[in-house]
Amino acid sequence: MFNVSQGDKVMNQISAWERVTIARNPNRPKSLDIIPLLFDHFFECAGDRHYGDDKALIGGIALFEGMPVTVLAQSKGRTLEENMRCNFGMLHPEGYRKALRLAQQAEKFNRPIITIVDTAGAYPGQMAEERGQAEAIAKNLQFFSQIKTPVITIVLSEGGSGGALALSVADRIYMFENAVYSILSPEGFASILWKDDSRVKEAAELLECTSYDLQNKGIVDWIIPESSDGFENDISFSVSLIKDQIRNDLLKLNKLKLNQLLDQRYEKFRKIGSKL
Amino acid sequence: MNQHFDKRRERLNLFQALFTKPKTIKITEKELDFVVCPKCNKAIESSEVKKHISVCPQCDYHFPLTAFQRIDSIFDNGSFYEVYAKASSTGLNNFPDYLNKLTRYQKETSLNEAVVVGTAKLNDIKVAVAIMDSRFMMGSMGQVVGEKITRIIELAHRRKYPLIIFTASGGARMQEGIMSLMQMAKTSAALERFNQAGGFYLTVLTHPTTGGVSASFAMLGDIIMAEPQALIGFAGRRVIEKTVKEQLPDNFQTSEFLYEKGFVDQIVHRKDLRNKIYQCLMFHKEIK
Repeated sequence: MFNVSQGDKVMNQISAWERVTIARNPNRPKSLDIIPLLFDHFFECAGDRHYGDDKALIGGIALFEGMPVTVLAQSKGRTLEENMRCNFGMLHPEGYRKALRLAQQAEKFNRPIITIVDTAGAYPGQMAEERGQAEAIAKNLQFFSQIKTPVITIVLSEGGSGGALALSVADRIYMFENAVYSILSPEGFASILWKDDSRVKEAAELLECTSYDLQNKGIVDWIIPESSDGFENDISFSVSLIKDQIRNDLLKLNKLKLNQLLDQRYEKFRKIGSKL
Repeated sequence: MNQHFDKRRERLNLFQALFTKPKTIKITEKELDFVVCPKCNKAIESSEVKKHISVCPQCDYHFPLTAFQRIDSIFDNGSFYEVYAKASSTGLNNFPDYLNKLTRYQKETSLNEAVVVGTAKLNDIKVAVAIMDSRFMMGSMGQVVGEKITRIIELAHRRKYPLIIFTASGGARMQEGIMSLMQMAKTSAALERFNQAGGFYLTVLTHPTTGGVSASFAMLGDIIMAEPQALIGFAGRRVIEKTVKEQLPDNFQTSEFLYEKGFVDQIVHRKDLRNKIYQCLMFHKEIK
């Protein structure tokens, strides 16, 4: 505990832009690194059953401390080859529809769902538009809001716009201390606002994209501490804390009656900006 | 008590506006007798355009409608009752220049925000409606727009009214950051509850419907109509061209494109919109 609070003080002085660079550091652990540490016997399930399989979304069933769960993780890949195959974590509609398909399956078998968010945004491409990127994201937002099983989201590094939100409609949202989550990238923000990509530092501050900002706004429930040696140098430090948190939260969420679970999730999003 | 009087005053103003408002539709330049159609470049007498509900009689170009022009063109005369008209985003955050921008748009449009919500009647069928107005900061969705839409969904749910939303938006409002993004989740969640309760939801996509609005409530209608040649899509055309360096077809992200790809039920000419909406309402009349 000492370690963590000590870390807090130091980490609070880190600027938003510095966190963006930490979040994007190529050495930072990816979904593929933490899935085997969090879960056992991961069984991958591919395809959206409509068009194809999107490697930017890893989906499957696994055991969390002996309990079957469905895992839906956005994946950027670790090597250049993996990056290319995963499209740098930018999902096509197939990725969102694969997530939806597996979420419906999880609901059927009462399996909790753990999502891992790590994307700069949904892929902006011709094919993605043709196959209904907007519709795919919208359907996820709609369905996850009332899915009849607990959902926990872990924001790993980068959460960008609707492409990240489509996997963040959950009962609990955890966010790594140095992860960032925003409506668009600081670069995009700066270029739209000032027509000047170089003012990214200012943009990052204005975007209020850090884990602390999101916790203050009541969006993030828990900030996942990172080791003071750097997340990548001591993954197990964060992973064991996440395991404790998931165990506790699932215990609480599983005790709720279904309508309580759904009401609480509805309220979690309903209250965001509800003053007129 | 005060609230009660405010409501009555609002209603009174609405009636007064109905009788005093000159029924001219200013489209581009002030007080011009002629309007130049941006599509066919022909000069058209503004009275002609007006007669055609702001559609170019030469080439069928659909001029953007303001929220109240839309209401006049669709619903029974005088049946619209606006709610939350005064809600405004001023004072929500300290984003540089945001407040000035908002007040400027409020002056220009005489609206307080980018969406107008309320109840109305269409051939005596009561409906809950939200109409977005693209003149107000590109119709972007911030907290107030998201909240007004959510509340009108909840009103439709409570009163068992059919729900109609006319979308016209560039997407989530950048200036309000993450709070804008979250409105996508909030509105979609409210729609899902309405959906599970058996409510009927119709969306009419008008120019433009993009970004966070297309990726939330715009695409969730039980029936989705679109006006001809509207821009509808998720990512911006320039963003796509920049990231993928693909040659994009001319009709990319138009209503016709989306229709062809299977994301829109019908493309409806503005002159037929009222009747088509009525037809859909009739099909779902018995649903409670």
